[in-house]
Parts: sequence; structure tokens; C-alpha cells
Amino acid sequence: MRAVIAEDSVLLRVGLIKVLEMGGFQVVAEAGDAEGLLAAVAEHRPELALIDVRMPPGFTDEGVRAAMEIRRRRPGTAVVLLSQYVEERYAADLLSANTSGVGYLLKQRVADVADFVAAVRRVADGGTALDPQVVAQLLLRRDSDPLARLTPREREVLGLMAEGRSNAGIAQALVVSESAVAKHINNIFPKLDLPVVDVDHRRVLAVLRFLGASRA
Amino acid sequence: MTIPAGLRRTVLRTQRDTGFLAAGVLPHLALVPVWAWAAATTARTGNWLLTVSVSAALVLLGAPVLTAVQRVRYRVLIGVDVPRPAPAAPERRTWASTVRWLAATRPWRRIGYHLLLGPLLALLELSVLAVAAAGSAGVIAYAWSWALPTGIRQGWFGCLTQLPAYTAVGLLLLCALPWAARAVARAEARLASGLLGPSRAQRLQERVDQLAVSRTDLIEAVDAERRRIERDLHDGTQQRLVSLAVNLGLAMATRPDLPSDAREVIARAHLEAKEAIAELNDLVRGLHPAVLEDRGLDAALSGLAARTPLPVRLRVDLEERVAPGVESVAYFVISEALTNATKHADAMRAEVTVHQVGEVLRVRVTDDGLGGADAAGTGLTGLAKRVGSLDGVFHVSSPVGGPTTITAELPCAR
Repeated sequence: MRAVIAEDSVLLRVGLIKVLEMGGFQVVAEAGDAEGLLAAVAEHRPELALIDVRMPPGFTDEGVRAAMEIRRRRPGTAVVLLSQYVEERYAADLLSANTSGVGYLLKQRVADVADFVAAVRRVADGGTALDPQVVAQLLLRRDSDPLARLTPREREVLGLMAEGRSNAGIAQALVVSESAVAKHINNIFPKLDLPVVDVDHRRVLAVLRFLGASRA
Repeated sequence: MTIPAGLRRTVLRTQRDTGFLAAGVLPHLALVPVWAWAAATTARTGNWLLTVSVSAALVLLGAPVLTAVQRVRYRVLIGVDVPRPAPAAPERRTWASTVRWLAATRPWRRIGYHLLLGPLLALLELSVLAVAAAGSAGVIAYAWSWALPTGIRQGWFGCLTQLPAYTAVGLLLLCALPWAARAVARAEARLASGLLGPSRAQRLQERVDQLAVSRTDLIEAVDAERRRIERDLHDGTQQRLVSLAVNLGLAMATRPDLPSDAREVIARAHLEAKEAIAELNDLVRGLHPAVLEDRGLDAALSGLAARTPLPVRLRVDLEERVAPGVESVAYFVISEALTNATKHADAMRAEVTVHQVGEVLRVRVTDDGLGGADAAGTGLTGLAKRVGSLDGVFHVSSPVGGPTTITAELPCAR
């Protein structure tokens, strides 16, 4: 899979290239700012863009805006944002359109190479990868709606679902069996008033409701 | 013969004061002819309306000129700077603005000085000058008595008895002159500063304005400095640490064949690098989070609350963003309060509310911890000071056993 990297720190860029290559990606271009990134995406049409949120010249949210631009121009491109701090507002901007093929991770997660590669791969395959800190912030903000009806364990499961994990991944993270996870998920759906139609579809709806993106 | 320094100084000063007083007579009497003309013309023609309006116009036009003359006189002759009132805000000359100008106390105080006080001061000045003249004449009574025609001098009965008395009185007057001249000059300087310069209320107002501006500048400078440090850390140190952690992670992932002790060393270094990143993140956040600048208080606080190890219920109710300085202080107060709740109060949960009531931003942080927070401690005093820097009100309620509530009310009129 072909990837481009936008990161203004050269040191970190080198590290990111190595990590992605280790994960089986082919880094076809690298950029130091949003303009360079958009040009590289237009030229190379990669499957994945790995983008730092803060880049020159303003060092604020250039990466987020560039990511949204990429999603608008080439909707098929998977986008992973890297941030020093996870701010759910930035993530919400990105997620308000579409949650598939989107990731938002803390930079320091890159250090846990295997986990990071797995998350990036998930996004490249059309999934979602949200940093647990984003999920914590989202959870915090929406404590008055139907989510309040969930038990703490169910909230945990929903949080991990929102991070983009599969049932197997959730079971591993919570150290429970996969069937237990499936049972929790089946309890979550009625509590969020989601009709019994199609399990996978409801899973996305639950996450969307959780993220508050369904209202956008 | 050498003149003692003290005496010389007194003589020079008296010369200066007397010259200053002499120069004051004419400008102080300048408006008297206007009065005299008005009185005489009114008496002759009976048309008081005309004379009063003409003399009023003359006084209004003459007052600024006389004020300028007096300023020069004070500055050049006795080195006193009569303070200038602050220039009024530039305003188009309309009838309304002219009426406002006339209604303000400043022109009337000046006109009062020139019109009413001036002649009185001129009288005082003339009497001091008379003292000087009489004193000088008396002291040299013997000298000029010789100039009288012989017949008169010899026929004057008092020639022998009165001349010494003249001399004595002259000496007394000359001795009193420095004191009198000094007293009158000082009184004039004080009156001029009071009446020609800005009033006390105006001076205080100007000072308050100055202080408000300089304080705002200072707060902004401190804020800018904080942002600069945040950026330096973010763009330099943090990136290097992340890069180090990534490389250590890569080393572990790509070299599973290393001996176990080497792997352990790398694993420990990896862990420490990650911890250092987390610590630095917290530190930088405490300084001035970038998201506060970009997205405002609500976004920054949700991040803060999510990172706090206890459950935090957050309510932010703001119609629009408030001034950056206010945002910064509010964030700082909440950040410190949550840190205290976590570290010292042993709290299980916390609640943060931020809402705007009119032109006041009200911040409230409550935790269910042990309480007993010391309002005089360094942390809380620092918060009170930062709130105080914006003229805000800071209050801590923390009975032993809890709960602790910290409130801050920050004025946020734009």
C-alpha cells in the first residue's frame, strides 16, 4: 500500500517512514507542510496519508484542514492524523463527514510500534482508529443522552468500538471472551434505540451516535 | 571681599523670584481693561447685553493666550512646569462639542484664574515689588539724602533723626523680601498648577488610564511569553523525545534476536521516553494549550477534563468566545483546581461549570474531596493573583471534610 507522510519535524519523519515500511507500506512521498502534502496526494494518489496536525506556517490545525481537503477531493484516501495532544474537536471536524478510513492518534502512540502499525492498517482498510483519549473526551461531553443508560462495562465496550476495534480486539483489550463482548454489544443496541436490522450497520450507527456525528 | 555662599544663594533666589513676580503683573492685569471697558460702556450706553457678550468673547479668546504666556513665565523664570491637561479626544467642532467644552470644568477654572485671581495676584506682586523698592530706598537713605538741595536738607528737621529710622526700616524690609517673594511665588505656582493644569480628578483619571494600559500590556506580554515557551517546547523538545521513543520502539520491534538484557535496557529506555513525553505534555498544557488559542475554552477544557484521572462533569455555557486573557486565566484556574482535587483532596469526582452572566465569566470547580484547602497556600494565592490581574473575584470554600468549591468571576466586557 502506498502512503504519503506530512510531518514538519525531520527526525520524526524518518522514524515514521521506518515504522510504516515495517508495517508493509510503501512511502511514496513526504512533505513538511500542508501545501506540499496536497501536491503529493494529487501527484501520487496514495491509499493512505499520515498527517501531523500542527504544521507550518501557522502551527495550529493546518493538518486537520488539509485532511478534510484530501477527503473532499479524493474520498477514497484513508487519513490518519497525528497530534501532540488529542483534541476531540479536531477529530469531530474530521469525523463529521464520514468515519470510515479515518484515524486520529496521539504522536506518542507511534512509539508502540506494533499497536500503531495495527491502527494505521485498520484505517487503510477502511476502518477507524481513535485514540483512547479522544474517546474519553467524547464520552465526557455526552453524558446526558441515552449513553447514561449504559453500564460502565458497556460504555467501555462502546468506547473500544469507537476506537475502531473488532470484537476480537475488544475481547483482548478487556481480557474477556469474544462471546461476552458480543453479549454486551447486543445489550447496547436496544439501549441506544437502534432497531434490529443488520448487526454491522447497527454497529456503525452506535459508534456514530456515540461520536455525536449522527447529529452533524 | 567674599560673599558667604548662603547669602549669595538667597540674593540670587530673591532676584529670580522678584523678577518672576514683576513679569506676572502685566498678564495678571490683562483682563482688567476688559472689565473696565465693559463697565464704562454699559454705564454710558446702557446696552449691557452687547458689552457683556463682547467682553465674554474677549475673555474666552484671551484665556488660552494668557494661559500659554503664564506657562512660559513659570517655566522660564522659576523652572516650574505647569502640568498640561491631556489633549481631549479629537472631535469635530460642532455646537454640541463646543457646549460640552464650555460645560467641562477646565475652561472655567482657567478663566477664573485669569479673570478673578489674576488682579489679586497682581496686587500681591505689586506689594512685594513695593517692599523691594521701599527697602532699597530706605537702606540708601543717606546716599540719596545728599542729593536733596542743601536748603531743604538743612532746613528739614527730621534729617538727622529720621534718616537712621529709614535705613533701619529699609534693612528690615530687605530682610523680609526673600521670604515674601518666595512665599508669593510658591503660592502662585501652586495655584497655577491647580487651576491651569488638570484637576485632581482628571489627573487621577489619567493615571488610572495609564495604569490600565500598562497592566494590559504586561499581561499580554506574559501571555505571549508563555505561548512562545509552549511553541519552543512543542516544536523542539517534544518532537525529539517522540522521535527517540519511536526509534527505541523500532529497535525492539525489528531486533527480536537481541540478548534479553539488552532488550530489557531498550524496553526501559522506551518506557522512560514515553513517560517523559507524557510529563512534558502535561507541562506544556499547563503553560498555554494550543487548542485554547485555536478552539477556545470549551474545547480546551474538554481535553483537560478527559486527562484528569477522576470523572469530571463539565458544563460550558458560552455564547461566544471571550478575550484571550480571560480564557487563559479561566483555563489556568480550572486546570490548577482539578490538579489540586486529584493530588491533594483525594476526590472521587469533580464538577466544572463555566458560564457567562452579562459581562462576567463565572467559573466554578467543585470536588467531593477532603477539603481543608489552605487559601493562603502558594497555589491558591497564585490563582487569586491571576484572577486579580483581571479585576476578577476569587473565592475558595473548603471546610475540613469537604467539599471544596473554587469560584472565579472574571469581567469579560470587550
